[in-house]
Amino acid sequence: MSANAKDLRNPLKRARGLGSAQSGVGHWWTQRLTAAALVVLGLWFVVTVLGLLHADYAVAKATVAKPWNALLLIAFSITVFWHAVLGLQVVIEDYVHTRWKEVVSMALIKFLAVLGALASVLAVLRVALGA
Amino acid sequence: MAEFSLPKNSKVQPGKHYPAKDAKKPRKFSIYRWTPDDGKNPRIDTYEVDMAACGPMVLDALLKIKNEIDPTLTLRRSCREGICGSCAMNIDGTNTLACTKAISDCASGDVKIYPLPHMPVVKDLVPDLTHFYAQFASIKPWLRTQSPAPADKERLQSPEDRKKLDGLYECILCACCSTSCPSYWWNGDKYLGPAILLQAYRWIVDTRDEDTGARLDDLEDPFKLYRCHTIMNCARTCPKGLNPAKAIAEIKKLIVERRAP
Repeated sequence: MSANAKDLRNPLKRARGLGSAQSGVGHWWTQRLTAAALVVLGLWFVVTVLGLLHADYAVAKATVAKPWNALLLIAFSITVFWHAVLGLQVVIEDYVHTRWKEVVSMALIKFLAVLGALASVLAVLRVALGA
Repeated sequence: MAEFSLPKNSKVQPGKHYPAKDAKKPRKFSIYRWTPDDGKNPRIDTYEVDMAACGPMVLDALLKIKNEIDPTLTLRRSCREGICGSCAMNIDGTNTLACTKAISDCASGDVKIYPLPHMPVVKDLVPDLTHFYAQFASIKPWLRTQSPAPADKERLQSPEDRKKLDGLYECILCACCSTSCPSYWWNGDKYLGPAILLQAYRWIVDTRDEDTGARLDDLEDPFKLYRCHTIMNCARTCPKGLNPAKAIAEIKKLIVERRAP
């Protein structure tokens, strides 16, 4: 970070680096949008789950199968994984400074999030459509 | 990975103790010492200073130590009234200016004095701010216009527009805020940090500047700007009472404003 005495490059060269990536606002905005959506969806999810506290399997299944519940549950699952991956991305960018580890972990969390979201959607659809 | 513990050669050792001779009101100062010349680890020297014969500010005590006890103590200072930003250091756990920090405002016990955190140390309390200054230069901190200057007068600004610079123009670039920011600690090579972003915003809101779009283009970057996670250490530590976090938030809002929702 400092000017190394042996380094002949101008400090400004280092400070300007590769320039601006011209991105980041999309991530920032999406993180806030998904957060706002999760306030509503999260509340709905918690209320719904609490309502199932002493219910048996058949009642729980019937609740998930209701069209509105299935729709919101799918929306909730996708938003959760989306928001989580955006947050994890920030953690990796903050702390992982070895380039290959950064790229690998970034790809990994994205794949896992997509898999998780797809699995959740599939699970809800199987219940809702009675497959 | 980010490093959370000090490297071996940076671990701080106990140092020398300089007791005060027949002092009426002795106060102990624990000061970080390191010199590049002897190959040793940094150490904490303790100096007892007679408060009955010392000015009220931490800088007064430091200069008294340098003048009367230990001339090898190295620090930067110039204006002694909080306008040059030279004597920024970590005092009593907070980055601030030694010249405007009263000794009586420090917690009881030793007054602990360290250089600004997470910067390379040149010697004792003198940090290497080369990269910080280069980052400042990188935002091109001057009026950028396409229209030529009026031939017979200055570029004028209404009092309302001038007011937009209040809370920004007072920044003295002491680096207290940037070096208090964990994001700047971990990613200071690319993240511009609160001080430089506040300065960038100072030119973005200046109604005489005509390069706002290019300035926003230059900042729209996951690292240069979006490493700010609103930790707010910058606003808490600023010795001039400014709020760099708010300036950063305003930049983010402007970048959102210019795109389709």
